[in-house]
Amino acid sequence: MSYQIPSFRHPDLPVNDLGYTRADYEGSISTLCAGCGHDSISGSIVKAVHELSIAPHHIAKLSGIGCSSKAPTYFLGKSHGFNSVHGRMPSVVTGAAMANRDLLYLGVSGDGDTASIGMGQFAHAVRRNLNMVYIVMNNGCYGLTKGQDSATADEGSASKKGDPNPFSAIDLPGMALQLGATFVARSFSGDKEQLVPLIKAAISHHGFALIDVISPCVTFNNNPASTKSYEFVREHSEATGTVDFVPMKEEITTRYHAGSPHEVTMHDGSVIHLNKVDENLDPFDRGSAMMTLQRHRDAGQILTGLIYMDRDSRDLHDVLETSQRPLNTLGESDLCPGNKVLQTINASLR
Amino acid sequence: MSSMKSSVTPLESVNEFVIKFANVNGTGSASANNLFAKALFRMGLPVSPKNIFPSNIQGLPTWYEVRVSEKGYLGRRGGVDIMLSVNPQSMPQDIQEVEAGGYFIYDNTKPLDLRLIRNDVNIIGIPLTRICNEQYQDPRQRQLFKNVIYVGALAALLDMDFKALTELVADQFKGKEKLITPNIHALELGHQYASENLKCPLGIRVRSADEVGDKVLLDGNTALGLGAIYGGASVAAWYPITPSTSVVDAFEKYAKRLRIDAGTGRTNFAIVQAEDELAAIGMVIGASWNGARAFTATSGPGVSLMAEFLGLAYFAEIPTVLFDVQRAGPSTGMPTRTQQSDILAAAYASHGDTKQVLLFPSTPRECFDFGALSFDLAERLQTPIILMTDLDLGMNDNMSEPLEWDDSRRYDRGKVLSAEQLDALDDFGRYLDVDGDAICYRTIPGTHPDKGVFFTRGTSRDEYAVYTEKGEEYEKNMLRLLRKWDTIKEHVPKPEVTESAQETDSAVIYFGTSEESSREALDYLAQDGVHLNAMRVRAFPFNDEVKAFIEKHREVFVIEQNRDAQLRTLLMAEFEFGPDKLKSVLCFDGNPISARNIRKQIKKHLGGNVLPLHKTVAASAGESA
Ligand SMILES: Cc1ncc(C[n+]2csc(CCOP(=O)(O)OP(=O)(O)O)c2C)c(N)n1
Ligand code: SF4
Ligand SMILES: [Mg+2]
Repeated sequence: MSYQIPSFRHPDLPVNDLGYTRADYEGSISTLCAGCGHDSISGSIVKAVHELSIAPHHIAKLSGIGCSSKAPTYFLGKSHGFNSVHGRMPSVVTGAAMANRDLLYLGVSGDGDTASIGMGQFAHAVRRNLNMVYIVMNNGCYGLTKGQDSATADEGSASKKGDPNPFSAIDLPGMALQLGATFVARSFSGDKEQLVPLIKAAISHHGFALIDVISPCVTFNNNPASTKSYEFVREHSEATGTVDFVPMKEEITTRYHAGSPHEVTMHDGSVIHLNKVDENLDPFDRGSAMMTLQRHRDAGQILTGLIYMDRDSRDLHDVLETSQRPLNTLGESDLCPGNKVLQTINASLR
Repeated sequence: MSSMKSSVTPLESVNEFVIKFANVNGTGSASANNLFAKALFRMGLPVSPKNIFPSNIQGLPTWYEVRVSEKGYLGRRGGVDIMLSVNPQSMPQDIQEVEAGGYFIYDNTKPLDLRLIRNDVNIIGIPLTRICNEQYQDPRQRQLFKNVIYVGALAALLDMDFKALTELVADQFKGKEKLITPNIHALELGHQYASENLKCPLGIRVRSADEVGDKVLLDGNTALGLGAIYGGASVAAWYPITPSTSVVDAFEKYAKRLRIDAGTGRTNFAIVQAEDELAAIGMVIGASWNGARAFTATSGPGVSLMAEFLGLAYFAEIPTVLFDVQRAGPSTGMPTRTQQSDILAAAYASHGDTKQVLLFPSTPRECFDFGALSFDLAERLQTPIILMTDLDLGMNDNMSEPLEWDDSRRYDRGKVLSAEQLDALDDFGRYLDVDGDAICYRTIPGTHPDKGVFFTRGTSRDEYAVYTEKGEEYEKNMLRLLRKWDTIKEHVPKPEVTESAQETDSAVIYFGTSEESSREALDYLAQDGVHLNAMRVRAFPFNDEVKAFIEKHREVFVIEQNRDAQLRTLLMAEFEFGPDKLKSVLCFDGNPISARNIRKQIKKHLGGNVLPLHKTVAASAGESA
């Protein structure tokens, strides 16, 4: 157990705008292996949501099956959660999001859950631009079934017990870009500084936001021959730049220079400040993002940070033109046309 | 005159017969045939048209069989009295199907192959192609109007009310007035040819009647789509598959008319065409978990794909509505042929100990009622509700009681806690059996800032939805689910019993689309001196009445449309009746079961006990199936 929640809480723990302390966003004690990357990601999620002052009951966290998909139990204990079936979280979120457009949907998945059994559902959730945050806790292996290679394991990478993987790896950000994803980022479980603002930006994004987080499996895939080990990732990561996230409320008071090329106003009025390192990347240009990603891949580097964002994204509700009122709040008067209408339908059937 | 001499007396009947059309698919015959059936319906005659079509878009044989019965028999009788064949491909087979003394009407622009001629059938030629070639230049018109012309000819041959036809044409082309005159002209061409060249009417003919009342003619899938509208479904997710596709089509059609928010023009529904059936059912589960009424529609192959999710919904107790329009299996089976062969797959869908609630409507009216009821039941019982229809009911026009909705009816949203109720509550456990009916209280995400939150997962949790893998918690939960199964029995529709006119210790059980043919077969059997009580089962779990009914009888024939006697298996599994008590009457050739077939099989079971056939019955209920 690596994510110990202190039993004693200091009376003056910092509270957010809603009066919640960070503890209000924590979950049960983790039962993942000590040092598992997934626990660090849980910590980043807690920090991001707490700092954004989102009421816990306005969040729904959903997952598939795997160590990663168990993680939602270990954060946001005051939010409804749903541990569904292996690889099928995207469809459950799709239905949930159709029923209530007002909640924040946080999908958590693994690389097995997403890139193998759930590949179809992942691809189609991307295509539909479902308004959700989709976090892949990517360790290149199947942790929960004891370390088999997953489809994101790099060619030639070897897990603790395994031979070098002979198959080509699926690069989720690359694939998502090709499928039309409107927000694509990659990060590393060990880099909270980068991950927390990315989660915040993903939450602010109106549409499907993918964050592929490399998250080492200390038990099965953290050995020197693995490209998903802590050491390898630290040595081979290259960030697109840094991202500072400024929520809408603060933005009004901090007054950054409007119109600066490195400032992006999000759908909800928040602003992100990008400090680009890679001058060749235009994160608002899909082609540029795809090329930059591929260039790094060819060079054996892991590109992290915000890779692509579409500021004019239209989500599934926009496309379907569904009511602004959540469908789950509609009652008989909205839903049932009544007997008089039915009798005219009968008349048309005679 | 092309009527040929028949060696047997031509069949004679007024308002009781079977006519079958043999066409090529993709030639526009469906709407002409439909016109014919509906005109008879408007003449006050009960009709039951059935499409028998291939899994193909153009060029293969397709048939349309219409049962006309003033007595009100709407099932398949078996046998064909009049065959109208305009498809040379299927002619050899078509002519063989005609009853002795029946009529074979064909396009005699080309002479009939002499090898096909049967001298016990009345053969009637109409030069359809020639008439069309003389009248029309455009090849498409030649093809389309050929169908309308034979309907016109039939009007003369059967002595139909020609006005019923022309009025129907006017109704059907409302808004496309330009099409009315040419269609009526084509009807007249056929009518005129037949009147002038053929002996009209035939021995089989029609006469206006008053046997339809306020009934409507509609297919089960449209009724189901409307049931979902009236039942308050706001989310539909689906993957196209025959024969279920038109359920969501109908839902969409009516939703676009009836579910648009007047102020904003936005929709009070969301339809998502999913990437497959796994996703479709996942979306339904997600939406229902989140408090909307949601459904999906599919057929057997989809049910197989949905199995894992159906198990999750059963264990996690999430309301889930699934309409299964059954067809002959498997995936590369006979997708356009009917069967009732998903019963076991649906009843025990998924792994682990699961039992699913099934509803068996048998008419469009019941599709509508049960369709709407499914949403109440799913939320009340917090479990999947699988409504089982089939291609025959789903895709064919069926004469049905008109649809009715009680405006004072309120949706039963089941045990859902509001924020106020949560405030008043000290102790919330998602899987706590508070009321003793084994149905627990649930909460919808977002309801309350800090009460009522829980984590949804299969079974690895206690009554408070807290993770545990303790065996005793698992067992406790499973036993509660079994008690819930008993509660469910009181909520699902009860069976319908029909007592025979004379006392008997034998009975039949049937469900869904076997109803009409079974009723007719029981009448034949009664005329044979065989009296049987009847029960139509309308749901699984079986209510206590089903058990009592079987116990009361020495012998029960279970009539169903599959090979493996799936309902009988289910009855034996749930009640432990022996095989001696329950006998099977089966049909699984992909066609709707016929009354003659049922009669034949029951008589076979009864062996020597059957009295010889009554004379008049022999004429109307021969042996062939
Ligand atoms: C239908 C189905 N097949 C197989 C499994 C077994 N299974 C559980 S978790 C898992 C792999 C999980 O891998 P990943 O998503 O990468 O999560 P990780 O444990 O690595 O975080 C598998 C194959 C399952 N639960 N369901
Ligand atoms: S097996 Fe690997 S992925 Fe699973 S908890 Fe342990 S370290 Fe994490
Ligand atoms: Mg993994």
